[in-house]
Amino acid sequence: MPLNNITFRLAWRNLWRQPRRTLLTLGAMVFANTILVCMISLQFGMYGLMIDNTLSMLTGHLQVLAPGYKDDGKIRQSIDNAAALASVLRNDLNRSESNGLEHKDADGDDERVKISVRGKAFALASSEERSFGILVMGVLPEHEPQVSSIPGLIHRGRYLSSGTAQEVVIGSVLARNLQVDLNDEITFIGSGRDGSFAAAVISVVGIIQSGMTDLDRSIAQMPLHLFQETFTMGNGAHEIVIRAPDLSRVEETVNRVQQRLENDSGLKVYDWDQLEPGLKQSIQADLISAWFMYGVLITLVAFSVLNTVLMSVLERTREFGIVMALGLTPGRLGRLVMLETAIMGVLGLVSGILIGAALVGWGGIYGISFPGMDEMGKQFNLPARIYPELTVFQLTLGPSIVFAATLLASSWPALRLYWLEPVQAMRGA
Amino acid sequence: MSDIQCVDLCRTFYQGDTAVTGLDHVSIDIKKGEFVCLVAPSGGGKTTLLNAIGGLDKPDAGEVWIAGKRIDNLGKSALAEMRLNNIGFVFQAYNLIPVLTARENIEFVMEVQGIPAADRHIRSAAILAEVGLEGLEDRRPAKMSGGQQQRVAVARAIVAEPEIVLADEPTANLDSSSAEQLMDLFVALNKKHNTTFVIATHDQRVMEYARRIVKMLDGRIDQDIPQVGR
Ligand SMILES: Nc1ncnc2c1ncn2[C@@H]1O[C@H](COP(=O)(O)OP(=O)(O)O)[C@@H](O)[C@H]1O
Ligand SMILES: [Mg+2]
Repeated sequence: MPLNNITFRLAWRNLWRQPRRTLLTLGAMVFANTILVCMISLQFGMYGLMIDNTLSMLTGHLQVLAPGYKDDGKIRQSIDNAAALASVLRNDLNRSESNGLEHKDADGDDERVKISVRGKAFALASSEERSFGILVMGVLPEHEPQVSSIPGLIHRGRYLSSGTAQEVVIGSVLARNLQVDLNDEITFIGSGRDGSFAAAVISVVGIIQSGMTDLDRSIAQMPLHLFQETFTMGNGAHEIVIRAPDLSRVEETVNRVQQRLENDSGLKVYDWDQLEPGLKQSIQADLISAWFMYGVLITLVAFSVLNTVLMSVLERTREFGIVMALGLTPGRLGRLVMLETAIMGVLGLVSGILIGAALVGWGGIYGISFPGMDEMGKQFNLPARIYPELTVFQLTLGPSIVFAATLLASSWPALRLYWLEPVQAMRGA
Repeated sequence: MSDIQCVDLCRTFYQGDTAVTGLDHVSIDIKKGEFVCLVAPSGGGKTTLLNAIGGLDKPDAGEVWIAGKRIDNLGKSALAEMRLNNIGFVFQAYNLIPVLTARENIEFVMEVQGIPAADRHIRSAAILAEVGLEGLEDRRPAKMSGGQQQRVAVARAIVAEPEIVLADEPTANLDSSSAEQLMDLFVALNKKHNTTFVIATHDQRVMEYARRIVKMLDGRIDQDIPQVGR
């Protein structure tokens, strides 16, 4: 019971012997903690969005590919009977999940694993005016919207209507480059799976605008059936694209898919980290530069604490001499000094977390935008405002490190008490 | 049995190139329950001797024995423990913790000794009554007179009933009546608990209470006079 504890009372009152100095140090701590809570929440919120937006564009959470396709990307490296396999997986994964009856969790989120299939081939797309090399995808129009945001990004016209339709949607930049519009025809020329000449003339029903120029310049999607016909794929395709209920369940889903595939043909399962290695790398790079900044901030706070504690110890040299004469060991005195810092640290920790939580909570409702976000936003297709979430980890990570740094800083003055000679201490001051 | 035994203590201080003698081959034996005054002019070595006895300072040569245990070769923490359990110190002045009240100053030492809170309350109340400070329990040192502060310091020194009380010029900052009250208190405690007292002083008023006067000069023991009849 601390209030009944005189050591605690002593530490507490010692703190307030120099109220201004203590308040200033505390202010620095609260300031740093608040900044850390806000920045870390924003950062993690942004990473979440970055991952989500990037993956929901085309990649999905995991993919099943034929051996070698990820590295070589050859049209030959295809999955036989891909649509059938996908529908088996779709049934299996979602039946064993929850008896095939109820697909909503407590929050009402969709708990189903979403699966679609794509064929991919490079081809020359030509209009009457020009030709460009692009990536043609064959997709399942009824399943593609569940694993990809592309169908939702139709700017003009409409998305593919059915699996048997003879139509194509293309990126907005490609449309501009080819100088084609809705209902115009495009000629696709490439080589089929067997090396034969592949060609098709298909009319445009929709224009995609993702906002990512690279994508909008090179994308064309047509029904898988038409793709297979054009590129002599038979019933083959290249990707089985899978979306887990959420990011935290990717690993589990990878394992389950792997189990289902065991008998099959050496197909490979890759998670999003393997499919998009750049994503984690850019997050890590951003983390490193952010933590460098935080490190500077934390170091500054630690030095301000060190300064305060050193001064408060120096001022009390005589007093320390007396209590040592009374029989306090240097270790006990050191702990007293650390206790004073710890009290200050806890005050800073709690107020920093409270203020930070209030700010982040406010931001979660009204959204936050800050300089530099535009750049990141363009690259990863982020919205202009970000709505950070409150999680215990993000709230406590920064302040805990500040607290630890604070204790570490005070350990030096505390340790110095071992060299304090009581007689010298009492003579001085 | 000897309570305090000093054998051939030497201590030299160096101030730049000049050597200053603190103790010069001092040997002294003090028995349990004795009431001794160390008398010397300023600079005679009283404080140095008390510090050596209390383990606050290490002699260059010689031995210090407290309650049958040799202490001059102990480490810092062991010496602190020894003081905590065997010795009460009273200094000239200003030796209370300013942010603690009279009662808390006394209870703090007991808390360090590991005495439970309930016990601490009872004992601090009793000791404050014994030194005549009822009603001042919750005052901080700054709100007390020098004499009152000194009595708190004494209460703190004796509350754990140490074998030995070492007092370094305890009356130097007190007026006559406070000094008398303090000495009466020392004598009473000495009688009641059989506590050994060693009081360094050059105050004539204090010497009158002594049952043994040890006179020092330039770090040596000059005379050792039992005061018969006290
Ligand atoms: N830490 C020290 N450094 C230098 N000289 C000291 C120190 N402590 C004591 N002395 C010297 O030792 C001598 C004895 O001092 P002290 O024991 O304090 O005498 P007293 O207490 O009788 O006045 C004095 O000459 C004093 O100046
Ligand atoms: Mg002295």
